[in-house]
Amino acid sequence: MGEPIIKFIDVHKSFETPTGETQRVLKGVNFGIMPGMTTVIGGGSGQGKSVAIKLVLGLMQPDSGQILVNGEDITKMDRKELNEVRKNFGVLFQSVALFDSLTVFENVALPLREKTKQNKKEIHEKVTSSLTQFDLQGHEEKFPAQLSGGMQKRVGLARALQLQPEIMLFDEPTTGLDPTRSLEIYRLFHKIQRELGYTSIIVSHDIPKIFNLADRIVVMHDGKAKVFNSSEEIQWSNDPVIQDFVQVTMGHIYQSRQENE
Amino acid sequence: MKNKNIIVKLIEGLGSNTLYFVSDVGRMGLFLLFTIFGFFKRPFRHKVLLKEIKLIGAHSFLVIFFTAAFTGMVLGVQGYYTLSKFGSEGLLGSAVALTLIRELGPVLTALMVTGRAGSAMCAEIGIMRISQQIDALECMSIDPYRFLITPKFLATMIAVPLLTLMFNVVGIFGGYLSGVILLDVNPGAFFSGMEHSVLNKDINLGIIKSMVFALIIVWVCTSRGFQLEKIRFSGFGAESVSRVTTQAVVLSSISILIWDYLLTAMLL
Repeated sequence: MGEPIIKFIDVHKSFETPTGETQRVLKGVNFGIMPGMTTVIGGGSGQGKSVAIKLVLGLMQPDSGQILVNGEDITKMDRKELNEVRKNFGVLFQSVALFDSLTVFENVALPLREKTKQNKKEIHEKVTSSLTQFDLQGHEEKFPAQLSGGMQKRVGLARALQLQPEIMLFDEPTTGLDPTRSLEIYRLFHKIQRELGYTSIIVSHDIPKIFNLADRIVVMHDGKAKVFNSSEEIQWSNDPVIQDFVQVTMGHIYQSRQENE
Repeated sequence: MKNKNIIVKLIEGLGSNTLYFVSDVGRMGLFLLFTIFGFFKRPFRHKVLLKEIKLIGAHSFLVIFFTAAFTGMVLGVQGYYTLSKFGSEGLLGSAVALTLIRELGPVLTALMVTGRAGSAMCAEIGIMRISQQIDALECMSIDPYRFLITPKFLATMIAVPLLTLMFNVVGIFGGYLSGVILLDVNPGAFFSGMEHSVLNKDINLGIIKSMVFALIIVWVCTSRGFQLEKIRFSGFGAESVSRVTTQAVVLSSISILIWDYLLTAMLL
């Protein structure tokens, strides 16, 4: 199976609540993300799924523990080194995080304008081809606020893929979308991943919809992470917490599979 | 036992406030440092700089024009009635000009820009923070200081001194309008008094003040928005943007008034 591309080693993270209490979100988390696979990180609200993503990107520092990306501990890196590591990542945020004051074209072109030495013509060609790939032709001059939720996600994905990242992170990618749109988005992720071969990490509580796409599932609960290498493994787990999770989140799994097919 | 608890809570509160104050000052210092580094990083966003100068400078023109005109007119009227008690109406021009150039021009311009452009800058950056747009920049390895903050810093440092000079000119004509046209002060005395009493030193003081105030406005307003999630009691979501914007405007305005006194005491 090879070495993990990302590895969490005994990671702890706590936050101070507005009332001054300390809330321990991660209590010694250990898991690895294997290259070229799709790993789904699931779990209830407030279990630290999005925190794990922010830690991988260096947007937050853990209280203790190590986070290895390609074997290098990012928790000890300065801003410059972190920027180098971040070049390996593409991110689709929960809120998509498109720049409101830029058009669809400008949003997608931004990483190329800022991080490459390509000329205007090359950037125009590349962005136009990307927008066509994501079925966004004709919307180049629109602003994010003029697009539907699904279209915004596709623009966000097109932008995230411009620099051909090694790892794609999706933070709750179907938040705010109806079930049909969610399914379309997940199918698009699957198709693009098969074409480009990146490592994919999807943080989602929408486990039934995504179950068919996942090579591995990490369930976050009570500050710890449990890793499952197949859908069967998670369904036959004896752990009562996981049984609860399966019952609550995947009760309609077979129905969902039929929908997918 | 109850008294002991109160004392412990007081000491805890004092300690936590001191820690928060020190870390806040540290964060603001680092923010300024990273913004200064941003001036030397490429690519430089020329078009965005021009857009910001338009937003901060050109769009503040009318507000500054009316504030300056009516401030000058009020100074003309007030000055006339005060000076006429001593038979010194001829000094009206120098009184109006010196008051505007040394004090009211830089201070009122800065307060107007804080209310109009500073609040907008803080809210814009704050919204970008809560909607993860700043995180997105960092994830693309784009320095958010160079990309977002540096153009605003440069634009404010250019626009505020120019607006202050405009305020002074319009204010003096406001004083002329009320003093000479409406209250019959001799126009020759109005301008010659001004010419003799206003020195280069006074104009320099006004320009230095306007540059310091510009730095205060843009530093406080952009850093509050940028660090929105780290600001105490700011709340969450849209509410946090509104609270932090109010805080930024209040903090900038008070800082402007304090620095006005300090600069006057040091440089006059």
